[in-house]
Amino acid sequence: MRFSARIWKAGDNVNTDLILPNRAFYLTPQEQAKFVFSANRPGWSDLVVKGDILVGGRNFGMGSSRPAARSLRNLGLACLVAESINGLFFRNCVNFAFPAMECPGVADAFEEGDVAEVSFENAAMVNRRTGVRLVGRAMPAELRAVVAAGGLFPLLEQQGYIASRASA
Amino acid sequence: MGMAIAEKILARAGALARVSAGDLVTVQVHTVVLFDNNFMPSNWPDVRRIDHPERVVVILDHRVPAPTIQAAGAHVTARKFVERFGIERFHDVGRRQGICHQVVADEAYALPGTVLVCSDSHTCSAGALNCVARGVGGPDVFFAACKGETWFRVGETVRYELRGKLGVGVTAKDVFLHIAGKYGDHATQNVEFGGPALADLSVNARKTLATMGAELSCEFATFECDDVLLDYVRSRTGAQFEPQHPDPDAAYCDVRVVDLDRLEPLVALPDSVLRNSRTLPEVSGTPIDQAFIGSCANGTLEDLRLAARVLKGQQVAPKVRLIVTPGSQRVYLEAAREGTLAALVEAGALVTNPTCGACGGGHMGVLGPEETCITASTRNFKGRMGDPSSRVFMGSPATVAASAIAGVIADPRPYLQ
Repeated sequence: MRFSARIWKAGDNVNTDLILPNRAFYLTPQEQAKFVFSANRPGWSDLVVKGDILVGGRNFGMGSSRPAARSLRNLGLACLVAESINGLFFRNCVNFAFPAMECPGVADAFEEGDVAEVSFENAAMVNRRTGVRLVGRAMPAELRAVVAAGGLFPLLEQQGYIASRASA
Repeated sequence: MGMAIAEKILARAGALARVSAGDLVTVQVHTVVLFDNNFMPSNWPDVRRIDHPERVVVILDHRVPAPTIQAAGAHVTARKFVERFGIERFHDVGRRQGICHQVVADEAYALPGTVLVCSDSHTCSAGALNCVARGVGGPDVFFAACKGETWFRVGETVRYELRGKLGVGVTAKDVFLHIAGKYGDHATQNVEFGGPALADLSVNARKTLATMGAELSCEFATFECDDVLLDYVRSRTGAQFEPQHPDPDAAYCDVRVVDLDRLEPLVALPDSVLRNSRTLPEVSGTPIDQAFIGSCANGTLEDLRLAARVLKGQQVAPKVRLIVTPGSQRVYLEAAREGTLAALVEAGALVTNPTCGACGGGHMGVLGPEETCITASTRNFKGRMGDPSSRVFMGSPATVAASAIAGVIADPRPYLQ
């Protein structure tokens, strides 16, 4: 998994209510994606272009277990790189097939609009504007395999535990 | 070095000799709890096969009774699922039902020394019962329900050594606000609670602290097992279990002593509980529109009793709404029988049925634009309890009750003398 794209920045302790607010719960996954950061950055979800990268601060995704990682994926973001990622949010990233990596120093090394190159295999990241290189915390190969498979639902589907479903 | 409680529970559940920070482990899951949100169309994966239906518990809680057609539809899907797979531990609306983490404690579904998962972030609540319990995502709760196993990244463990005894009007919620205010987040870390103060801390109080572990962003929040816990569990279930105790030389990344008798009531300012706690003199006098007591953190019988004691002989201020939501039907019934609910209603409180309700901003007390609430629940994120412009302060049930009387944020201690 390698990505090269423009980055957006989010701060420390970004919570799941900001990514997927309660008022969007009854909508379809695709509709829910439009509500990302609607309380703290109205209009932002319309600016995201498919393939963009999100850079976060400490404890990204704190809060509830709601499928907020799925909203970031459905918004078209390619991956998340943050100083640290909330444990529950990280699980949802893996299991909804949204690549996510912890990378100390990333918040200071990037300004919004910079172009980043990210390699999950090497747990490495480069800022194309400044040339700064960072090394992240590698995602274990077992978990990269889950992401590559499209998350846990396709695995359960292949094994006959759940019905075949359209990608959600 | 030896292992902390969570590491020992994970090692046994994973049939591993040893587990330590940095490991990725696959373990057996003893209990999987599903709730109504899992059955909403955008989350429900149409389960066809389950390897261990006896490990699955289904509890309707977030939107109960159904406030919308969509919520009612999720309940219908849940009932069909229970029927199809013969799930015996089903808590339908009204039937020994309640907030799933309260029911898990009420029924002692979380057995000491075991692993429990649920796709609600406050599942760490069961850590009060010496469980490795955590909130997982939608996909992995179904993975665990279907296959009976899951994976965990093992973090380092911070040990909180609790000493002394809480003063009048100071609660486990204030212990949490002290820890969150002083140390901030515990992302990627486990939290372990122990120490001599446990002897004076009820399981309900421990549950408040364990539940709020989610707000510390820790992986697991696990309490030591003692006689208080053993009595609690054995009075609720005949199931066999084997608690886990930390090794004497367990590897902790930090050991932090908390002297309970030196704590005072605290309040978190709106939008976050991390490094955001203030003493009452710093926030007293802030006008409020709504006061809320409930949730998996503060809907226990002790929480309701404490609020009733503060409210005794008092009235809720005219422009304030005090909403009280018991954690479960069992709590509701006991509070009704002993007169606690009557005392709350006499003081002007609105007592709702057990549900997550106002805590999640779903129903039963949603905040309007620019409104201010003080809550004894789990979260004060921006917009969580309603309109994005509303503000949510957080305190203990005693502080919330005192604030409801005063109409402004107030110290509960004068009401408890």
